[in-house]
Amino acid sequence: MDYVLQFNAVFQHSDLILTGLINSVILSASAIVMGFILAIFCARIRTEGGKLSRGIVATYVELVRNTPFLAQLFLIAFGIPQFAAFCGLSFRFSPQSIAILALSLNLGAFVTEIIRAGLESIPRSQIEAAESLALTPGQIFFRIKLPPALLKVYPALSSQFILQMLGTSIVSVIAVQELTATAGTIQAETFRAFETYIVTMVIYFCLAWLFRGCFSTLARYFLRWRPRFKRPESL
Amino acid sequence: MRTFGFNETFYLIQAVQWTLYLSVLTFLLGGLIGFGIALMRTSASYRWRTLSSIYVQIFQNTPLLMQLFLIYFGLSIIGLRLPALVAASIALTFFASAFLGEIWKGCIESIPPQQSEAADALALTPWQRLRYVILPQSIRIATPSTVGFFVQIVKDTSLTSIVGMTELMRAANLMNNATMQPMRVFVVVCAIYFVICFPLSLLSRKLEGRLHVIR
Repeated sequence: MDYVLQFNAVFQHSDLILTGLINSVILSASAIVMGFILAIFCARIRTEGGKLSRGIVATYVELVRNTPFLAQLFLIAFGIPQFAAFCGLSFRFSPQSIAILALSLNLGAFVTEIIRAGLESIPRSQIEAAESLALTPGQIFFRIKLPPALLKVYPALSSQFILQMLGTSIVSVIAVQELTATAGTIQAETFRAFETYIVTMVIYFCLAWLFRGCFSTLARYFLRWRPRFKRPESL
Repeated sequence: MRTFGFNETFYLIQAVQWTLYLSVLTFLLGGLIGFGIALMRTSASYRWRTLSSIYVQIFQNTPLLMQLFLIYFGLSIIGLRLPALVAASIALTFFASAFLGEIWKGCIESIPPQQSEAADALALTPWQRLRYVILPQSIRIATPSTVGFFVQIVKDTSLTSIVGMTELMRAANLMNNATMQPMRVFVVVCAIYFVICFPLSLLSRKLEGRLHVIR
């Protein structure tokens, strides 16, 4: 084995890597935000909705959780134009927006299940107390049930988000110019595949830790449990 | 042009076998290494714990696709020209072992420490303690999440299509190129994956429910 690792060839393309990195972060961030919002509403329907809407959400969750993301991505990326043509419409989405759509739908299903687990762990007495204070169902959900539920499932939530961030590498197959795709371009130009992918892997690793740090900061900021009045010391 | 009909569906169903071989191979090898990782993660020695923790961190914090690429190109640099099945299962094995190791570490740690103290008091050797006291209890706890992770492995084998392994997903891509009917092809593919994964998910959930009833 007389192979000499040459990282210089890769670092000469650092501008490409940076563009890819920024695109990856944008993709992950928008997918996480949209998937999270989708999941909150799905989780609400899943726990409080009528029988039909509960069934629809459950079907969506099971369908997404039991099929590979790659298949979902292809279905959306190739299926939507075909469906549009079938309806006599002609519109095209950019690969970027298709990727965000697929990532959000995918993440939404996983996060729905996580949030639902958190919601179901809220003691019944909390909700009864809120009801007796004449809070509306919306207020009960968003103020009484959701914050402690999110706090409870926060570790699972955070690792799901990070998995999804790592999963954005898959959308490179539909020609979204994110980190993995730019790594592909660089290795094709420099013939230094091994070095390119090592560098990319290190970047992903750092990104995962950065995201983890961001989530714990955000959680500390938003999910703090702050009782308005202090309970008397001795009762 | 071909249309997506019975023959094409049959072709996809034939390709399922490679997905299944790859999943089972990955699960067995990954489980074997993952078991070692779990033991290292829970060992008393600081060195083993750190070493295994680094291993787990590397494979949990980088995309599986990157690992696949790296192992493909890495192996060819060393001069090994392995069949796609072998190379793909090596990459997936690393990935699966890190995750399974971490899952099982949690299960081993969830056994109350009094149990191993009691085993020590009965003068069992460390291996006997593991074999007769810790493992029988932790396997029961580990089963639901392990079945759940097998679903994950089945889904993740689809990524090997990107690096050229002809399993279900790649067969679907080939069919899509030949028939230009992506909607039908990928709906059928999703349905096939669903048929494999959904019963396993149900099983995992059922086992989990049973666990809670016993406790």
